Amino acid sequence: MTARSLEPAPRPLFERAIVAGAIVEAFKKLDPRRMVKNPVMFVVEVGSFFTTLLWAHAVFTGQGDTSAGFALAVSIWLWFTVVFANLAEAMAEGRGKAQADRLRKARKDIQAKRLAEPRRGAAFELISSAKLLRGDVVLIEAGELIPVDGEVVEGVASVDESAITGESAPVIRESGGDRSAVTGGTRLLSDWLVVRITSEAGQTFLDRMIAMVEGAKRQKTPNEIALDVLLAALTIIFLLATVTLRPFSVFAATQAGQGAPVPLTMLVALLVCLIPTTIGGLLSAIGIAGMDRMVQANVIATSGRAVEAAGDVDVLLLDKTGTITLGNRQATAFLPPKGIDVKELADAAQLASLADETPEGRSIVVLAKEGFGLRGREVKDLGATFVPFTAQTRMSGVDLGARQVRKGAADAISRFVTSQGGTFSAEVTAIVEDVARQGATPLVVADGARVLGVVQLKDIVKGGIKEKFAELRRMGIRTVMITGDNPLTAASIAAEAGVDDFLAEATPEQKLARIREYQAKGHLVAMTGDGTNDAPALAQADVAVAMNTGTQAAKEAGNMVDLDSNPTKLIRIVEIGKQMLMTRGSLTTFSIANDVAKYFAIIPAAFAATYPQLKVLDVMRLHSPASAVMSAVIFNALIIVALIPLALRGIAYRPAPASTVLGRNLLVYGVGGLVLPFPCIKGLDLLLTALGVFPS
Amino acid sequence: MSSHALIELLASFVVLTGLAVPLGEWGARLLADEARPTTPERWLYRLAGVDPASDLTWRAYAAALLVFNLAGTLLVYGLERAQAWLPLNPAHLPGVEPGVALNTAVSFATNTNWQAYAGETTMSLFTQMAALTTQNFVSAATGVGVLLAVIRGLTRVSAKGVGNFWVDLTRSTLLLLPLAALWTVLLVAQGVPQTLAAKVEVAQVANATPQVLAVGPVASQVAIKQLGTNGGGFYNANSAHPLENPTPASNTLEWLAILLLPAALCFTFGRLVQDRRQGWLLYAAMLCILLPLTLLGLWAELRGVPALAALGVDGSLGHLEGKEARFGVVSSVLWSTATTAASNGSVNAMHDSFTPLAGLGPMWLMQLGEVIFGGVGSGLYGLLLHVIVAVFISGLMVGRTPEYLGKKIEAREMKMASLAILLPSAAVLVGTAVSSVVTDGPAALGNPGAHGFSELLYAFSSTANNNGSAFGGLTVNGPFFTLSTAVCMLIGRYWVIIPVLAIAGSLAAKRRIPTSAGTLPTHTPLFLGLLVATMILIGALTFVPALALGPIIEHLQLMGGAS
Repeated sequence: MTARSLEPAPRPLFERAIVAGAIVEAFKKLDPRRMVKNPVMFVVEVGSFFTTLLWAHAVFTGQGDTSAGFALAVSIWLWFTVVFANLAEAMAEGRGKAQADRLRKARKDIQAKRLAEPRRGAAFELISSAKLLRGDVVLIEAGELIPVDGEVVEGVASVDESAITGESAPVIRESGGDRSAVTGGTRLLSDWLVVRITSEAGQTFLDRMIAMVEGAKRQKTPNEIALDVLLAALTIIFLLATVTLRPFSVFAATQAGQGAPVPLTMLVALLVCLIPTTIGGLLSAIGIAGMDRMVQANVIATSGRAVEAAGDVDVLLLDKTGTITLGNRQATAFLPPKGIDVKELADAAQLASLADETPEGRSIVVLAKEGFGLRGREVKDLGATFVPFTAQTRMSGVDLGARQVRKGAADAISRFVTSQGGTFSAEVTAIVEDVARQGATPLVVADGARVLGVVQLKDIVKGGIKEKFAELRRMGIRTVMITGDNPLTAASIAAEAGVDDFLAEATPEQKLARIREYQAKGHLVAMTGDGTNDAPALAQADVAVAMNTGTQAAKEAGNMVDLDSNPTKLIRIVEIGKQMLMTRGSLTTFSIANDVAKYFAIIPAAFAATYPQLKVLDVMRLHSPASAVMSAVIFNALIIVALIPLALRGIAYRPAPASTVLGRNLLVYGVGGLVLPFPCIKGLDLLLTALGVFPS
Repeated sequence: MSSHALIELLASFVVLTGLAVPLGEWGARLLADEARPTTPERWLYRLAGVDPASDLTWRAYAAALLVFNLAGTLLVYGLERAQAWLPLNPAHLPGVEPGVALNTAVSFATNTNWQAYAGETTMSLFTQMAALTTQNFVSAATGVGVLLAVIRGLTRVSAKGVGNFWVDLTRSTLLLLPLAALWTVLLVAQGVPQTLAAKVEVAQVANATPQVLAVGPVASQVAIKQLGTNGGGFYNANSAHPLENPTPASNTLEWLAILLLPAALCFTFGRLVQDRRQGWLLYAAMLCILLPLTLLGLWAELRGVPALAALGVDGSLGHLEGKEARFGVVSSVLWSTATTAASNGSVNAMHDSFTPLAGLGPMWLMQLGEVIFGGVGSGLYGLLLHVIVAVFISGLMVGRTPEYLGKKIEAREMKMASLAILLPSAAVLVGTAVSSVVTDGPAALGNPGAHGFSELLYAFSSTANNNGSAFGGLTVNGPFFTLSTAVCMLIGRYWVIIPVLAIAGSLAAKRRIPTSAGTLPTHTPLFLGLLVATMILIGALTFVPALALGPIIEHLQLMGGAS
């Protein structure tokens, strides 16, 4: 199963309620105190205000430097530019808010039963959940909501966590071990729990999640700050280039003895077209949408910084079980010694496993059925008695009258056949050793005194995981398998799964040491973990994803929580991190490349009166100077709206080496950004002319 | 275009590359931190009281550099003012007037070598040698020092220091000295004067009175003016003067000297960062911009002016106005782009008289920030600023925090790179804007209209980017221009050096990230294209409106027949 198929279907981009709320919010965001946080769009707002004044001046005095109508049209579209950028941000925030509202429903103030002593029978008092303190112990019984986050100290119960995970199947929570954390706002379905409170109201997991998805606590990520610097620098450059154009044109007009200085309205229009409004307007939406994509993948990140770091990760530490292999070993081959038919071995092995309900036992029945057409039989129908596995015998099987069929570890079976008067041949020993050498587990099958052969049990590597790892390798990400197996077994599975490295017989200390070793070499390490003993390693890793089923300690140490508790999710997290950066970079390139066409539209228009010869630069053959400027301004505003879906969804992501990705994005967004505005501006010009806005 | 033009172009650059590669390797060996100080070096350090082993933080490095440059500026100013009382003044020249003296002191300290004076009639031989020639060496060495600090920033891991300015200064000067000596000898062999006499009298054929030729230690100054990307001529006519540049052979030598060190330092860089491909990429990026602009200039000049052809002017050798007959169109155009690409500024023809498009190339090469070859050291560290911007944008596009040579490019680097790219551009635009509206500006123009605007734009492009080349036409020794251009020169030099050193310090402190398939390679043709596109876009987008009002409109008017 791939990580992708586990995700819920993505929410549609444009929900009516969200869009309506966002439009209102877009106007509210015009408040300059809020706009100033985005330097690019703040410049546009100031420009809009300025052209509006110019329009008012033209209306009241009757002698503006352009016609009042033109100043009005430019002003309106400049205001639209600001509103559209705000709309993008509001849309992204709106999607987060919708998610938060769902969560907030779970966060109700309820009456909790605070216990005097940490045991079930103790006396309790009813207290508001908001007043619970860290360290208080509460009793929760079937049907009740868990008041705040805590750690189970007594009891076992099934809990409905769908309010948080969206997963309707209940989960088991019990004291001790790695299943002891409970989350406030989830509901107990059965039994009872005694829980010690670990975080107070307002700081619970649910509260943090709400704050996160709402973007209330959103801080700019490091790359976002660096990009802001670049955008601000570009804005200043273009501000200078346009402001100085006024004295230049005064000089030109004086020297040429014709024409007039460039009208201020036109200069503001040129400025707004040149500064990177496309990326400036969409930048914060991209960041919020990146967090939103994490939430949709059922991952809660504690900060945008963590999401961004995920894109930089180049070493993934993955637990073997559940991530690389299916949970259990399975029978993969029957290996009889010479002189014994493989079918006889298969038949005996199946008989010995019929009543064995362990996954290994079932897999032997299935292999015999699939490989040799041996149908599963009912133990009762055969009149057989099941001999279960015990710690003393260390084997299991069936008795069919006098016939004793057994399977078990080599030494156990050896003792059994010797006691029956048989011998454990050197050939069988050789097969057993051979299987072990390949990293698999040998089970020997005996029928009375006769040894029939060996069943090979192997870890089954998940389908498609090898391809996934190859994909990661092409992206420059190393995968390291962590396992408690011995080095031999680990090496064999590592080879089969195609990981780059493995850590066998891993202890928490070794994991921590390995992470530090990678970091010392300059790598950025990501890992998943769920147990309390994973906490030090999680705290050390650059991107640490705690499983939601894990302990509170693991969740505190990590910087993300995977609500699905799916270790393969790490790969998806890396993709989301990369996609967010790629979207920013590509739209920046697009935004800058757009400027070329705008120059070709506006420069000839601005100097039409002074230097009519510059008309040759008007490669688009636009209708008139006024229509050229209007078309460029309108294009500049509409492109923001047109790119909102892209900003929210993120650009197409396919894993590939960096140079391939760059080549592709450069072609689409660089060359595309260079070419696209030409037909668009020409089209707008034709449309405006056809509508009769600019009489010829 | 004639095959002669193409052959000369091709041959020149093949020879340049052939010399630059080994010189770059030699330079790397000389300048590497591992190189042990030679005996003369040790004497110098003992004399100056410098501990060559001490390692300076970027702030301390910058402070040492600024103090040294300030001292140099004051010294040059003092020598200029006092030259009447100093020895070696055979022509009995008076002290230089304060505005010009200040402008010149700043100009030579900043490696600009903008000349608001005529050398042979303003500066005594002592001033030419002790003040100007000395600055030619140490201003270039200062540039190399900053480059070395940046290289250390890229190569050191989690380090505090970026090197020792005094050691870098000494070693870079020792790199320049033998080359300058060699070039001096070669130029003398071509007939460039090298004497302490002030004048020679030559009998004239048509006139009874002998002609007086000003001479002096010309060859030694010309050699370093070219090698150190200084460009300040001994004579007012610079390398168009027959005694500074007498023959086609001397012309070739001087042309090579203009580009040689900026080219060689690319290879020094590649070797010192232990990845020669990086050096080749930077060199290729420079050629990718220089060669097309040179071809544009050649095309425009060889094609000539239709209006003149209509008057019966023979255009078979191209547009010869303002050019030395012994060099012709091709060598003049090659020089014009080389001298403005490298922040040299010496001229062997009058750029003012070029056709508009051939004049556009040199102007735009300066406006790009003197990073296409650029000054010795300063060109390469300037180019690295653009690499940082290109790496940043492309790094985001591949979905990783951008990195260059294993060092992460983050907010601080972007802030400093933006500042260093922004300020010289701002100085050009603001300087031109102010000069085009104050009365002092238009009054100094040699020509009206769009050409006059080009003269102003050229002057500020040249000074704010520390080139020093003059378009001609403009009279620049008045107080408005000596002061405004001096301010531009200071901004263009030190407001790039300080942010660049800050970047060096911040990079040196970082860890190195190992390369993987996820790392964006910075030696590929794809990255080359991206880097060139970044430079062109930023350069073009900033200056297109200004250029449209200068050379572009002038070209259109000329071609359209209107005046």
